[in-house]
Amino acid sequence: MNQRFLRLFFILGGLMILLPAKSMADTPFPTIREPEGEGVKCVQPEEEMRRNHMDYILHQRDKTVHEGIRTETYSLAKCIDCHVEPDESGKIAKHDDKEHFCNSCHEYTSVQIDCFECHADRPQKYIKRDSKKNALQQQLNKTLSARDTDGGNL
Amino acid sequence: MSEQVNDSRRNFLAKAAVAGTVTIAPGVLLHTAAIAKPDDEAVTNATRWGMLIDTDKCAKGCTDCVDACNEEHALTGFDRPETDAQYIRKVTLKEKSTGHELSLPLMCQHCETAPCVDVCPTGASFKRVDGIVLVDKHICIGCRYCMMACPYKARSFIHEVIENQTLAAPRGKGTVESCTMCVHRVDKDGIPACVEACTEEEHDAMIFGDINDPQSNISKSMKKHGGKQIRADLRLNTGVRYQGL
Repeated sequence: MNQRFLRLFFILGGLMILLPAKSMADTPFPTIREPEGEGVKCVQPEEEMRRNHMDYILHQRDKTVHEGIRTETYSLAKCIDCHVEPDESGKIAKHDDKEHFCNSCHEYTSVQIDCFECHADRPQKYIKRDSKKNALQQQLNKTLSARDTDGGNL
Repeated sequence: MSEQVNDSRRNFLAKAAVAGTVTIAPGVLLHTAAIAKPDDEAVTNATRWGMLIDTDKCAKGCTDCVDACNEEHALTGFDRPETDAQYIRKVTLKEKSTGHELSLPLMCQHCETAPCVDVCPTGASFKRVDGIVLVDKHICIGCRYCMMACPYKARSFIHEVIENQTLAAPRGKGTVESCTMCVHRVDKDGIPACVEACTEEEHDAMIFGDINDPQSNISKSMKKHGGKQIRADLRLNTGVRYQGL
């Protein structure tokens, strides 16, 4: 019994020495995707955005919801439009993935955000929707192509 | 007393806005010119947005407005009709003595004195100065008092995790929502999706516009045909009015 405890004690002690060194090595500094294209710049210098992006977004949020001010410079949607793109395989990271633009830093700093409980975590152009208009168009195309193959007998 | 002062001030401003546009651009469509607002300017109480619905033109079984609304806000159902979000419902009324039936779309009535705003403990349920009643989901705690208070049963609670929302309608689990009178379109000088669909399909049962502006189509129509409130006895001075009730 005593030996068991002793062994456990040593193992735990060893872990305590090893763990900090290991976790430091395993937490890479977040990589941020730079928007592509020449002359494309963020709305504020990088240093400013790193520290104060939340203030800009929060201010814009209240102005938009309560006063109907819909300028796009500091809107969350604009951040997402520039910074969230699919990777080489065509996959777009979800807001709770490490690869997502926002989450890469937020996970690193252990700051939880709730923005994406309600807001889309990717640009609108990457969201496919089934709309009534699309469905009707598809139906029409189907009918038209069926008529073409039937030689116009439909 | 203060209400009276506000009303007269509002009327004065509305008239001033209209008068301003007349002198600047004669011949330009009056109400469009009066409501144009730059993106960086706050909305004012010179306008009060409203809707007028002609129940005689609203066909039973037609759901064009509801479909357009669902599409605009990406409202998807979870096969649970009792709790699925709905901004507009089609309601059929039947008068028992005559058997006369009428069909109408029912959504948030955008009351001037909104019960949902009164009961909200956090201030999330609020009325914009231009009369549109909204939920600020950033402050909504999901208590659902407003859903209890609303006499029109206009609000829905989101029970499920939502993804891939539209820009028009950020919406997420644990908050309450309802018709926003397509505030995102209105701020960009547009009209609500339901009204647009109803007009595009040539039903012409819905008119949207500024109730404060006596020259707007909606005001002229209401002056001519009247615009009844549902549950007028509650004296909420609704922004959504009906004719043919």
